[in-house]
Amino acid sequence: MLEQLLLTVLMTSVPLIFAATGELVAERSGVLNLGVEGMMLMGAVAAFATAFGTGNIWLAIIVGGLAGALTGGVFALFALGFATNQVATGLALTIFGTGLSGLVGAPLVGHAIDGLPQITIPVLSNLPFVGALLFSLDPMAYLAVALLAGVAWFLKRTRGGLVLRAVGDNHDSAHALGYSVLRVRLLAVLFGGMMAGLGGAYLPLMLTPHWAEGMTAGRGWIALALVVFASWLPWRVLVGALIFGGITIMQLAGQARGWTVPSQFLSMLPYLATIAVLVVISRNREFSLANFPSCLGRVFHAGK
Amino acid sequence: MKHLLKAAAAGLVGVVAMAGAAIADPVKIGFVYLTNPGDHGWTYAHEVGRLDVEKHFGSKVETTYVENVPEGPDSTRVIRELARQGNKMIFTTSFGYMDPTLKVAKEFPDVKFVHLTGYKRSGNMSTGNIRFYEGRYVQGVVAGMMTKSNKVGYLASFPIPEVIQGINAFALGMRSVNPDATVSVIWVNSWYDPVKESDAAKVHIAEGADILAQHTDSPAMLQTAEKAGVYGFGQSSDMKAFAPKAQLFSSVNNWSPYYIAQIEAMLDGSWTTGEGPDHWPGNTWLGLSDDYLVLTPFENMPANVAAAAKAAADKVSGGYNIFSGPFKDNAGNVILSDGESYHDGNLWNDMNYYVEGVIGKIPG
Repeated sequence: MLEQLLLTVLMTSVPLIFAATGELVAERSGVLNLGVEGMMLMGAVAAFATAFGTGNIWLAIIVGGLAGALTGGVFALFALGFATNQVATGLALTIFGTGLSGLVGAPLVGHAIDGLPQITIPVLSNLPFVGALLFSLDPMAYLAVALLAGVAWFLKRTRGGLVLRAVGDNHDSAHALGYSVLRVRLLAVLFGGMMAGLGGAYLPLMLTPHWAEGMTAGRGWIALALVVFASWLPWRVLVGALIFGGITIMQLAGQARGWTVPSQFLSMLPYLATIAVLVVISRNREFSLANFPSCLGRVFHAGK
Repeated sequence: MKHLLKAAAAGLVGVVAMAGAAIADPVKIGFVYLTNPGDHGWTYAHEVGRLDVEKHFGSKVETTYVENVPEGPDSTRVIRELARQGNKMIFTTSFGYMDPTLKVAKEFPDVKFVHLTGYKRSGNMSTGNIRFYEGRYVQGVVAGMMTKSNKVGYLASFPIPEVIQGINAFALGMRSVNPDATVSVIWVNSWYDPVKESDAAKVHIAEGADILAQHTDSPAMLQTAEKAGVYGFGQSSDMKAFAPKAQLFSSVNNWSPYYIAQIEAMLDGSWTTGEGPDHWPGNTWLGLSDDYLVLTPFENMPANVAAAAKAAADKVSGGYNIFSGPFKDNAGNVILSDGESYHDGNLWNDMNYYVEGVIGKIPG
């Protein structure tokens, strides 16, 4: 029983890991994209449409990521190309993605697909407890962790990661050194969009194999909060997502067992926990802001 | 493509799809929807009703709907706007629109307001409802006979009378055939959050439930049941397409006859709100017996269970009062003794407990 509950925690965390990791990369390059929710929804609807139309789940995953990247591209066009305000553009992107996904998804309503199969890793999956938990998940869960690890490695260990961080910390200096600020940011935003699209795709492909308008129900915003929670460090995204998922599931299980705590309070718990952790880590500014990209949200003008 | 973008732009400002006829002076009818017809549950059932209205009246009426309207004060604006646009009758289709509808009804005495599932009325605002709990009683009978673990999981939205009635009717049906079975309730605190509904369903299954029921609007719970190899009941509309092996049956809300009757009464001038000292006379609260609530075929269950389900449904259609004594609340207090039974007012005012067989306490 505990295994099953923990498995549910893992699964409910996967879309958050995808979306938050993507947003983290965009933010480290200095771009605040509040359109995560919209990108997730576009990824979700595109992935479901592909899976429903072709029956090919693998293709659906790819299309979901591409749709997210494309939606991120719309953001890049305005926020980077025309140097519009990032906050306003991001909010508009969420509204745009919500509306457009609902529109193109309308004919898909009422259809179901077969979800993703689970991958059972031989030998390891037979281990007691951890076998069921860690070695017989669905492919996208593994992909999420792999991409997270890749991002952590890229940011910390590669020259490209260094350039990306430099652009996010001081775009004028990076520009003076000859790096193309806008190109780096474009790539980061596209990557962020792809990850949000993958996170969105996980919902209709894996969690609830149908399309429903607005099915992300605010998970894009939680992903944004997780980036701050993680103080812009990739592995902490994983921790944050698991904590968030864990508390979400714990409150549901508490209700099922008839705990006499009001369910409204239990529903608040994941959010309360997020705020509590934010308060605790913000008390140490060095710790919480050590990796804060100083140019986050600031418009870059090449001429200056 | 241009068409597509235009439609997307319409979606952006959050408004109004229009449908209807072009000839002179059709009577305008407005609908306020909680989610969108794509929920395949509650709002979908209303949309079916609206389309039937258009089919039935043809060019005599013109209908408008506004979707994704949050419950509470925000909805006041939307309802007022519909009244301003010249709608002669406005259907507000969720419990949380009750006070906003009442407020706007006072501002527009010439417009007729029909609020669904609430209990407040005025001179130009009436109440309509379906006896959803009748279907849930039948679900309880099936669940009680089908469960092997004697644990049933129930997803609930908000602790309002309608939902409590449903849980209690379900438990009474279940206990009528299986006194050992228990039902535990998870409050999702949303009508519509497919991922959370699916999470809650998984938690129920992890806790040992082998039958699931829901008072939330998406098919997510049934899909989860299908995958886990347990059974469940659909909500508001037939959800068989999502769970062909798991759906035992769905209680389908059939608003069409109600909408058509209300509009017909308005057109011929006979519409009233049925005011009176008691709460309900004159207002519509019908169920299985009038086909306002329709049960889909009983499937994925042994023949004896299906027969028992049919017998329970027939009994309820025949006038059996589900809330008849003797029964106790889940703390052991006797609520009704043998021979006593509730009238409709009791269901709305006095049901602030879980009956025996339900685990936990009503939140809040």
